[in-house]
Amino acid sequence: MATQHSITIKAGGSEKDYWKDLWLNKQLLWILSKRDLSVRYKQTLLGVAWSVLRPLMTMTVMVFVYSYVAKIKADPGIPYPLMVLGGLTIWTFFANTFTQISNSILINHNLVSKVYFPRLLMPLSSVAVGFVDFLITFGIYLLVTAFFQTPISWQIIFLPCFILLTFITSMGFGLFFAVLNVRFRDIGQLIPFMVQVGMYVCPVAYPSSLVKGTWYEKYYNLNPLVGIIDGFRWCLLGSKSYFNPQSLYSTVITSSIILVISLIYFRKKENTFVDHI
Amino acid sequence: MSVIVAENISKKYIIDHQRKNGSSGLRDIVSDTVDKWFRKQEKNGFAEKEEFWALQDVNFSIDKGDRIGIVGHNGAGKSTLLKIMSRITEPTTGQIKIDGRIASLLEVGTGFHPELTGRENIFLNGAILGMSKAEIRESFDAIVDFAGVEKFLDTPVKRYSSGMYVRLGFAIAAHLNPEILIVDEVLAVGDTEFQKKCLGKMRDVSESGRTLLFVSHNLTAIQALCNKSFYFEKGRLIDQGDTTHIVTNYLSKVSHKSLEKHWDNIDSAPGNDQVRVKSFKLFPEYQDDLNHIDVRTPINFQFEFWNMVEGASLNLSMHLYTFTGECIFNVGTQAESFSKGLVSGTCEIPGNFLNDGSYVVSMMIVKDTSTVLYNMEEALVFDIEDYRENVTWYGKWPGYIRPQLNFSIRQSEHVVND
Repeated sequence: MATQHSITIKAGGSEKDYWKDLWLNKQLLWILSKRDLSVRYKQTLLGVAWSVLRPLMTMTVMVFVYSYVAKIKADPGIPYPLMVLGGLTIWTFFANTFTQISNSILINHNLVSKVYFPRLLMPLSSVAVGFVDFLITFGIYLLVTAFFQTPISWQIIFLPCFILLTFITSMGFGLFFAVLNVRFRDIGQLIPFMVQVGMYVCPVAYPSSLVKGTWYEKYYNLNPLVGIIDGFRWCLLGSKSYFNPQSLYSTVITSSIILVISLIYFRKKENTFVDHI
Repeated sequence: MSVIVAENISKKYIIDHQRKNGSSGLRDIVSDTVDKWFRKQEKNGFAEKEEFWALQDVNFSIDKGDRIGIVGHNGAGKSTLLKIMSRITEPTTGQIKIDGRIASLLEVGTGFHPELTGRENIFLNGAILGMSKAEIRESFDAIVDFAGVEKFLDTPVKRYSSGMYVRLGFAIAAHLNPEILIVDEVLAVGDTEFQKKCLGKMRDVSESGRTLLFVSHNLTAIQALCNKSFYFEKGRLIDQGDTTHIVTNYLSKVSHKSLEKHWDNIDSAPGNDQVRVKSFKLFPEYQDDLNHIDVRTPINFQFEFWNMVEGASLNLSMHLYTFTGECIFNVGTQAESFSKGLVSGTCEIPGNFLNDGSYVVSMMIVKDTSTVLYNMEEALVFDIEDYRENVTWYGKWPGYIRPQLNFSIRQSEHVVND
């Protein structure tokens, strides 16, 4: 609902007030986030425990399959479970927020068809659940670090940058798919599949030092998640963890470009969401 | 001073005749393309996309403090206009300038989440409708009081009765404080008591000098609340002015009788891929060689449709409305399982049952006694003329129905005078 005192409604939307409108509605953003958070654990038997159990179980399975069965090694001096859990922490954050952003418009279709507010609030608020899950997983990571008696490196001060980068990347991809999802319901089927494939393409269960020196390394680094996951591990585990700065540049450039394009696309389509829902 | 000025508002929708259900998928686009490649010779106009103008060249201006009623048939563009004004969708052409804080109430309890408690939903819904946290906190007690849900504040709303749910939704909306309020047919829900409460609250709004836009099929409510009205027909604003004038005009224009509708071609008949309507007819048993229906005339309805799903369990549900939109009754048949082919239903309204006036009938085909497959709204329209015997009073007979009941008087005691 608009709260300004004078508006002009016309085809193409009222561009200049959009960001002001978004800011004026920050309270609604907070309330929508809170709604998602409180709904999430109501009526579940184990409640918040799920956020703890899921990453722990995934880590255990991955350690068994990749480390014991497939004999993949982490970078020297780093315990394999820590490498996997580090990768999983940031990957799951990306995967969850990406999925939630992509579905945010459809899930809130009852709002879209009945009331106005800047539609960008829906993808923005849907990030909250993923972020809280991330904090919980990160807490587990710290506990596991303590268990392996691995010191936390000083580079941890750069951690917020990588969290921000993850957010930008998931927004970039998510907004695009959120729009498509409104028009084509098939996208809903595609998203879990993409997340599943993505986990193998990204260096979650293996260190990207394995890719170093191969002919496809430069293509591999185009994936913005490579820079994010390697960087995230580098922050936590220090220089022993392989981190190619080149992948970081590609992350920053690719993700920013995708975000800008997606934002333009989203803004162009948001006023007609209701006609397709 | 004009607070709302609309210039050349038009809204176009693209209707796809080929798609039977609203949602389209990639599959449809892929299969359409494949179809086009392989079956070019079968291409006919029917499968093409068609433009539909829900609104065309609408111009108006509304002054501060005006209470505008919007009347028109279903599909005349009323709701589209409200959606554009509420910024839910944008016009294809034209622009609207709005001065003042605007709130729109297109639904009661928008965004209520079933898992959240009443308290949480008050804050959620309030924020969605544009209230600040401070405003909600300020009116919180009043809202709870108005809705009468004190005891259930910490119960998830999914456990609320539908009445409580609607009351809570309306209570929140009633405490909005906009300068311009847009209301769409919310009175259609809830019991009489609730509707009275709604109307009362809306009268408060209109009396406090705020601007009101109100869409309703309930002409009585519009006449009670609005000083001016707009009359929409087929997406155009064809008349505007004083409410009494507009309502009379509307009634005279729509009061053409339609006692029969039928379609010979199954492909162009109204319906969908499960059922299509063949005919809906009304046979009055005229009395005294008259050829109009009066209050004594029994009326038979005959409805026929094609069922295209083998073994579908179907039943019919018929609504009878007064011209002003109040539902007089709803009757349903038993559900039965039908094989493909024509299915017909009949219904008789006995003579000496309805009062004189104009009536509108709609027919629903319902599947599994729960899903409405097709709703033929405002399908038939008929007038019942007055007829009286042995009466010397000719005022308007009150009431929607005029049944003949076992109602008699007799002398129960004689006083003997000496």
